[in-house]
Amino acid sequence: MPRIFACIEHKAGVADDSAAELAAAAKRIDAAQVPVAVVAGWGPGLDAVCEALRPAYSEIWRIADRALAHPDAEPLRKALASVLPRGSIVLVPHAHFGVDLSPGLSIKLDAAFVSDVLQIEGAEGAWLKVVRQEFGGQVSAHVRCDISSGAVINIRPGAFRPLESANAAGRVVDQSARIGDLTVRRRYLETVASETGGVDISKEPVLVSIGRGIQAQENVAIAEELAAAMGGAVSCSRPVVDAKWLDKSRQVGSSGCTVKPRVYLACGISGSFQHLVGIKGNPLVVAINKNPKAPIFRAADVGIVDDILEFLPALTDRIREQ
Amino acid sequence: MEILVCVKRVPDTSENEIEINAEGNDIERDDLVYSINEPDNYAVEEALRMVERAGGIVTVATVGGEDDEEVLRREMAMGAKQAALLSDESFDGSDARGIATVLKGFVQKGKYDLVLTGVQAEDGGAQVGGMLAAMLDYPFASLVTGIEALDGRKLKITREIEGGNKEIYEIDLPCVLSIQTGINEPRYVGMRGIRQVASVPISALGAADLGVEDGAVGAAAARVKRLDYFVPPAGKGAEMLSGGRAEIIDRLIELLKARGGLQ
Repeated sequence: MPRIFACIEHKAGVADDSAAELAAAAKRIDAAQVPVAVVAGWGPGLDAVCEALRPAYSEIWRIADRALAHPDAEPLRKALASVLPRGSIVLVPHAHFGVDLSPGLSIKLDAAFVSDVLQIEGAEGAWLKVVRQEFGGQVSAHVRCDISSGAVINIRPGAFRPLESANAAGRVVDQSARIGDLTVRRRYLETVASETGGVDISKEPVLVSIGRGIQAQENVAIAEELAAAMGGAVSCSRPVVDAKWLDKSRQVGSSGCTVKPRVYLACGISGSFQHLVGIKGNPLVVAINKNPKAPIFRAADVGIVDDILEFLPALTDRIREQ
Repeated sequence: MEILVCVKRVPDTSENEIEINAEGNDIERDDLVYSINEPDNYAVEEALRMVERAGGIVTVATVGGEDDEEVLRREMAMGAKQAALLSDESFDGSDARGIATVLKGFVQKGKYDLVLTGVQAEDGGAQVGGMLAAMLDYPFASLVTGIEALDGRKLKITREIEGGNKEIYEIDLPCVLSIQTGINEPRYVGMRGIRQVASVPISALGAADLGVEDGAVGAAAARVKRLDYFVPPAGKGAEMLSGGRAEIIDRLIELLKARGGLQ
């Protein structure tokens, strides 16, 4: 079995939650080995991140370079291509950073690539069997990957439960001298923070959240009326923002806002993973969707199969009567 | 500016409920409505806007068969001037790496300043663009939500990251960018527009035309293979409210009140 490496995301001296999840995913590939963490960055926080990873990883490969001060996939890919042994299995969190880094890394390492893996069933000889989803989570698929020349595997954040006990006492190995020239043709300029609109949905106790099922801009008023009757606010999923029917500040999900209401009404929202990760704090999730197979019903507490354009106004009327 | 946009025809999930066939080896395709993969359409629109500002032409290409021509036709109706169908029996069963290999052959036949893809296909994994860039040794950026041309063969681009934040980069041409939905508002294409381009030729290129070697693509070369489809486990599963609408609403109001959802 090839050696397993995990690319660690970190910020301000703290490793991302995915660091522990990747260690758990590695165990599913090969229970007999403790994986190696790769931590790249620059500045005072780097050593704290390495230290915190010692229980879960057998070695922590520290890569310090000014070009890696911001988590930038282009120079990091170059560094990893120099440092990682050919034939390795490399685990990466499937978030905006992994989407940037991994497909190209697999080419540079001449390794297979599997994207957005939810589950690992195990390895048999040259084959690793994993589970992915397609069509926005409507169907799952078993996928097999030839790991004989190595593999880069992007792991869905939150899909693997961190191991309960870990006492690997890994040692930190500095690899900075081996990375070579990191000059690239893409240069990081700045990060622009999100703007909060007039309504801060992250602070609202009740959210009436709309998705593609709202169908047209003029129908947004139906949700606004319900939200007003309930004393809440309107939020939405990505397609509504893409269509410019609501402002980006109203979007719930990985690329939008994280919300923690008491009650979340998902109206005409299919329930993609990217949307669901934005709902925190264990609210009562009510899904209303005319497609009984919509993935949202797997995540909701209460489900109603109906057309939101008829159901929401009826609900508003009934609430007003009371 | 010469821009290539790589597109894909996919089952339209906003129009279809995706079901698994009896054998479990594919989705039920008989009554599916297909369309252009949504992010790809945004990529074409962005390319068209760039050439409207700076001059040049937009070419669209797809890897597939005869059925896939309709999406090329649609994007030509939007304004793409050239289209290429990359088609060969030897491409069948390719994984993402195989598709990227075919596209690389096509890119190298032209002189493109910029190659765009959609961020992810409905049935894909956000992978072909990044692989293609690495094969060509071009710089790459994913999840792009803004492009601005700078002097001196450079672009200023915006990438979407978590929490509604954005990263700004400068990137040299030629490069590959994967385009996120919402970057623009794609123009409408009517049946009339599609009829107008019905007779515009679409070039068809096979493995030999593209210099794609036997054994580099297709099922035999694929290192990643889907074995089956299955219905995802129910998870905690929602309590489904049934009955008449009035009855459901009264039950829902009770539940909302119990959880402080009505104020």
